[in-house]
Amino acid sequence: MLKNRIIPCLDVKNGRVVKGINFVDLQDAGDPVEQAKIYSDGGADEICFLDITASNENRDTIYDVVEKTSKKCFVPLTVGGGVRNVEDINKLLNCGADKVSINTAAVQNPEVVVESSKKFGTQCIVVAIDAKKNQDKWEIFTHGGRNNTGIDAIEFAKQMENSGAGELLVTSMDRDGTQVGYDIELMAKISSIVNIPVIASGGVGNLDHLVDGIKLGNASAVLAASIFHYGKHSVKEAKEYLDSKGIPVRI
Amino acid sequence: MNVTIVDYNSGNISSVINSFKEVAKDKVNIEVTSDLNKIKSSDKVVLPGQGSFKSCVDALNNISGLVDTLNEFSIDNKKPLLGICVGLQMFADVGFEETETKGLGWISGKVSKIDNQNGKYKLPHIGWNQISIVKDSKIFKDIENNSHMYFVHSYEFVPEDKNVISATTDYSSNIVCSVEKENIFGTQFHPEKSDKIGLKIIDNFINL
Repeated sequence: MLKNRIIPCLDVKNGRVVKGINFVDLQDAGDPVEQAKIYSDGGADEICFLDITASNENRDTIYDVVEKTSKKCFVPLTVGGGVRNVEDINKLLNCGADKVSINTAAVQNPEVVVESSKKFGTQCIVVAIDAKKNQDKWEIFTHGGRNNTGIDAIEFAKQMENSGAGELLVTSMDRDGTQVGYDIELMAKISSIVNIPVIASGGVGNLDHLVDGIKLGNASAVLAASIFHYGKHSVKEAKEYLDSKGIPVRI
Repeated sequence: MNVTIVDYNSGNISSVINSFKEVAKDKVNIEVTSDLNKIKSSDKVVLPGQGSFKSCVDALNNISGLVDTLNEFSIDNKKPLLGICVGLQMFADVGFEETETKGLGWISGKVSKIDNQNGKYKLPHIGWNQISIVKDSKIFKDIENNSHMYFVHSYEFVPEDKNVISATTDYSSNIVCSVEKENIFGTQFHPEKSDKIGLKIIDNFINL
């Protein structure tokens, strides 16, 4: 039976983890490679890096991080943030990323998704959808949630599936950082309209939120950042909790 | 000993390289090449494969003499070869991804799309699934039945001779996820991405 995945996400800026696990025995709490290794040793089903480096001159730092991590972690590695074109994707894959998530570029130029999934295979193309509720629909935001495009998120999700996305990483901008739980309605809507896996993201504050994302939101995988930060919960605890709620997980 | 990972522009093979180097340490030499002479002289060959069946077969054919060299290595000389993902699928006579494409024909059978039962099963089949070991395979030494492996695929290999199947996984139906025919081994899952248990399979292959 296929298991639901738990994916810890690390925000990386200028090659350093912004919010990491604050373990006392960590030699360098800002080292993304060391943090990723802790997650994979703890049973993470995948690792996700979100590069939030703002300045162009420091963009290359992520390549070094990916290269080092892929030599130490032998679970799938997804990298996103600032991916603009096929060449960026090629570089990340060559450094050892297994999947690349595309956000703003997919909205501005959907051809990037078509072209890259043809070139590298749909299995390594994840489209990240940042959506915010506006009355009875959800609209796509780009540039890390700063720009409203007015595009309908549900329709966009279907379009991305048809363009060759292998997975969708759906983040609710209303919930991101609030720790009140995923936007279940959004997850369930997108999950029911597409036939590719949906990864739920944005808003996890406790382990029950992970359960809801899978049971109510029908997500194939759940991504979380802050609950794993500062050692609030370990990946192992999260998996045991999901298991106790009857959700199939890899233990 | 030399183990060669065939680099034929089949997509992203860095994870395969990293995992084999991790397992090999300094004891075994890992070559990454499409050089025919190096492939001929190596002890074992790994055939990775990402993207579509057609794109991988086309990429193999684009390197002059490569298919002949692989035939000689695995069929004539019967040296150990491991196919991973589309690398395994290409053992078949024919594949139906994009368009009907001739495979290597090493193990009779076809590669067709997984039946998603009208959308009940999402495709690609992505994530960790358990393998059901149906016959002893040398690459499963010390691997427990029902171990979790990492999968990413939408197509499945359907061999004619069921005796070659060493493991299946349950997704929509019992999908063939590992085969062994004499010196030829293949996994539909990605041992290079399947954590410690996956590295053990790589170790078993290297130590054949």
